Amino acid sequence: MKGSAHVFDQGSLSGDPLSILDQAGRLVAGYEVDGDDLRRLYESMVWIRTYDRKATAMQLQGRLATYSPFFGQEACQIGSVAALADGDWLAGTYRDAGAMWFRGYSWERLFLGRTGDERGGQPAEDVTVMPPSITVGGHMVHAVGLSWAEKMKGSGKIALTMFGEGATSEGDFHEAMNFAGVFHTPTVFFCQNNQYAISAPREIQTASDSIAQKALAYGMVGYLVNGNDVLAVREVTAAAAERARNGDGPSLIEAITYRRGPHTTADDPTKYRTSQEEDLWTERDPLERVRAYLADAGLWDEPWQTELEEAAGVAVETAVGAAEALPKLDAGNFFDAVFENPNPTLSDEKAAAARRLELGEA
Amino acid sequence: MARALNDGLRLALSGDERVLLMGEDVGRAGGVFRISDKLRGEFGEERVIDAPVAESGIVGVAFGMAVAGMRPIVELQFMGFSYPAYDQIISHVSRIRHRSRHRFTAPMVIRIPYGGGIGAAEHHSESMESIYLHIPGLKVVVPSTPVDAKGLLLAAVEDPDPVVFLEPIRSYRSITEVVPGDYYTTPIGEAAVRREGTDVTLISYGAMMRETLGAADVLEGRGISAEVIDLRSLVPLDVDTIVASVIKTGRVAVVHEAPRTGGFGGEIAAIVQEKAFFSLEMPVLRVTGWDSVFPLKRSERLYLPNVAGIAEEVQTRLFEG
Repeated sequence: MKGSAHVFDQGSLSGDPLSILDQAGRLVAGYEVDGDDLRRLYESMVWIRTYDRKATAMQLQGRLATYSPFFGQEACQIGSVAALADGDWLAGTYRDAGAMWFRGYSWERLFLGRTGDERGGQPAEDVTVMPPSITVGGHMVHAVGLSWAEKMKGSGKIALTMFGEGATSEGDFHEAMNFAGVFHTPTVFFCQNNQYAISAPREIQTASDSIAQKALAYGMVGYLVNGNDVLAVREVTAAAAERARNGDGPSLIEAITYRRGPHTTADDPTKYRTSQEEDLWTERDPLERVRAYLADAGLWDEPWQTELEEAAGVAVETAVGAAEALPKLDAGNFFDAVFENPNPTLSDEKAAAARRLELGEA
Repeated sequence: MARALNDGLRLALSGDERVLLMGEDVGRAGGVFRISDKLRGEFGEERVIDAPVAESGIVGVAFGMAVAGMRPIVELQFMGFSYPAYDQIISHVSRIRHRSRHRFTAPMVIRIPYGGGIGAAEHHSESMESIYLHIPGLKVVVPSTPVDAKGLLLAAVEDPDPVVFLEPIRSYRSITEVVPGDYYTTPIGEAAVRREGTDVTLISYGAMMRETLGAADVLEGRGISAEVIDLRSLVPLDVDTIVASVIKTGRVAVVHEAPRTGGFGGEIAAIVQEKAFFSLEMPVLRVTGWDSVFPLKRSERLYLPNVAGIAEEVQTRLFEG
């Protein structure tokens, strides 16, 4: 990464978001890009888009329970967590499977959760990614506690929490930002402003000019960034992460993006937005601008694209296969993870549930 | 009891550097009930943390700390102020073990002073433990004696799962006894038989134990031998001790100051009739607070069960009915 993070110590908190790579694939003046590095970011975005498409298709086939696509938000998904270091925490939402995967949460586990298997919430031992928060907003305070604990331990690790603009209306957003500001915790608040909370447009969530400017009220640094520009997203997140790691406290990043798909596969966006608006954001696609830059620089061609998509497709298929091939848990397994130690009441209920199931299926 | 709790907190903080205490006014002021008196001076402001007035944040932040390896103890001042934290407790604290299949856990203690009889303002006298009992993945304990207060607190801190630790406000300074100075734990999930008897089983917990034991004395004077069980732990519940006693006595009264509908008395009654129906001589009696809002000072004596009232109801409804 050759751009200077310090340019972004605190940008403008409203108006035009910070950008490095414009939609035509041109760098803003003064930036240099390492081609291999950008190819890796692009590759990750292709991989998660492949996952997202596959998961959406599987849901439509009835192989997954509800799914919430991040289509259109790939630069946020990758650019944010690409700025983290080993052992840093990620606490995100049900729409952050791309970021979770980048941090080591396996696709197999991500698929498992969506098929209705509790093991989906169980990442590998060395993965410091919380299972996604399904309720909106509660996990932001968790990130404050996670990062505060790391600060107490002197581990040098930080926490990043991802949430949408809708979550900023929740009381826990205020409590999380307030705690982080007061106690100077090493927390990065990463808001993906994707314009809609199910059907509710951004204007319904806040009368502020921006979400980024809310940082000021909590005594922290704010950033407003183009969320479809993976380089800009990574630069501001790296600046925020560096501040956190250096003991300079928390930051709030607002990344302007767009949820190109529905809220979940059960939602119909035509009821609340226009096709003209969708077309506008199709033109602003986060992968296209990177491809344009790489193509101009002679770092992209069709065969490579095909190779990437095929490799991602195989990896995703393999993960699906592994998830579906995993021996099924005994249906009563959910009784075993309520407490650490067996509880007589739950043991009795587990036996009764098994009998009920037996009768119900006879 | 206040001193026993203070002693327990001190031992927890000195015995394990992962332990920390957080809440409104727990540091400089030593807690609104002085339960954490002097602890900030002894352990520093980084381990005895004065929090902003934000109950959801306190519990949610402590949850994050617990997941990352700390052992937080939080104080929520009054049960009537605990409800903003309810979402964090029911949606995250109690279920992260389940959500992650043991990968992440939240070993933490949520201290909630509760109960009436203190002549306080609205919201300061409530006994709404039922809303916590209904949450899977949460343990709920209530000491009635100073010795148990310390032992249960230390057991709660050691517990691998989250524990809601209810502290009877009325007993903080009214119940005193000699408490061992060393570190000890009282097992969570074991009731205590405070008094043995043969004719009736009186079941209670927390602040109402004093009234219940007083009623047992009155009943003894009237020729009725009451066995008194102090539940100590509401979840997990010591069903065996309850059932053994009911089989012996054949009569049961549950005493609590919480509202009757949806109260723990109903749960105990159901368990007793499931497990010891043919030992019962009479229906299970509930002596409880009312299904009204907890009244202000002038009327609270009308709300709380008292010694004579408990004894009277037990005698007339279980022996003369």
